[in-house]
Amino acid sequence: MDGIHDMGGMDGFGPIPIERDEPVFHAPWEGRVYAMNTAVGVWGKWNIDAGRYGIEMLDPALYLQSSYYERWLYRNENLLVEHGMITSEELSNGKASGGNRETPPNAEEIFEKQRKSRSFRVDEDIAPKFKPGDAITVRNIHPKTHTRIPRYVRSKRGVIDRDHGVFIFPDTHAQFQGTKPQHVYSVMFTAQELWGPDAPSQDKLYLDLWDDYMDPA
Amino acid sequence: MSDGHDHSHLSDTELRVRALESLLTDKGLVDPAALDAIVDRYENKVGPRNGAKVVARAWVDPEFKKFLLEDGTAAIGSLGYLGSQGADMVVLENTDKVHNVTVCTLCSCYPWPVLGLPPAWYKSFPYRARLVKEPREVLQEFGLELDDDVEVRVWDSTAELRYLVLPARPAGTDNMSEEELADIVTRNSMIGTETVASPAGGA
Repeated sequence: MDGIHDMGGMDGFGPIPIERDEPVFHAPWEGRVYAMNTAVGVWGKWNIDAGRYGIEMLDPALYLQSSYYERWLYRNENLLVEHGMITSEELSNGKASGGNRETPPNAEEIFEKQRKSRSFRVDEDIAPKFKPGDAITVRNIHPKTHTRIPRYVRSKRGVIDRDHGVFIFPDTHAQFQGTKPQHVYSVMFTAQELWGPDAPSQDKLYLDLWDDYMDPA
Repeated sequence: MSDGHDHSHLSDTELRVRALESLLTDKGLVDPAALDAIVDRYENKVGPRNGAKVVARAWVDPEFKKFLLEDGTAAIGSLGYLGSQGADMVVLENTDKVHNVTVCTLCSCYPWPVLGLPPAWYKSFPYRARLVKEPREVLQEFGLELDDDVEVRVWDSTAELRYLVLPARPAGTDNMSEEELADIVTRNSMIGTETVASPAGGA
């Protein structure tokens, strides 16, 4: 989706807010949000792409006004209700409405799951559409739902740098419509292709794109 | 939550987080002790010291460095630092001619097992918006001036690959041990927003 989250290349946000010796969490509640996100994720009701889409669907004004972990909180509340883990009534009044009490995963089970997280690589022998050195054009497509093509590369010409192998396709995965496995590549763009003739001629940008995002140039 | 403190000063966000944790606990969906353990893990156990050990090993062991640059996942795995948000790793070598720097413009992708959780600036709107378009200006804000003969390569983490920058080993460190070298490697140098400085008194 062409959402507020797709920020690459925007102006007006000011200087980088560099903070020396910053803590991992700036307040205890941030750690609780982070930990709840991890712990409820272990139930497997949604996946990482659906989780990212959950943040992208926040109201744009709310997205900009909120801190990072506030966005995670709002996203988690929405996903918990959407996937039936809690009801909107429970969320608004804070009280569990009876029913069976589940047995939550303990810390060791959660860490074991994280250790075994074997990525989103798919062990399938699928032919790549491109090889290193191939010239490509990024498709000018505007999916209304989750996608990982930033706006700033659409219609731009790049060169395949390396093939990373076969991965889950986030556009369908986020919608629970299958994994549609395909190759992911690092693709190189010159700074001038992306930002025009005033950009330094020697500078480059690399990003990771799936087969379905590109055509031969 | 019943930690005995006066909660009258809590913000709306803090109250909302407490309410959610209380509800999820009541329903048996989360175990508060597991939440404590997760917070402790990322506050105290997993962090950029892991990545610094990878870098220091590459600085002292040319065979390991070659392995790391060719197959980041296997090399980092050999030291035990793979896992969630860092299962498929690519390592980028910074030299005096090529400077790599990483970002996630769409969200906050970052290699957790080697660097821990990202700093707030990495997740900030200015960094996400600006690095891809004006990396040299952004790096200047971190105190890094790059000459025109250096090629800047910005890596936008749009997929599930996670990137670790291998900073250049500074001059004046020939006599340092691997452990001492790991101590001078900064988190930002492994993101690419800094270089590693020569230690005080060195070079």
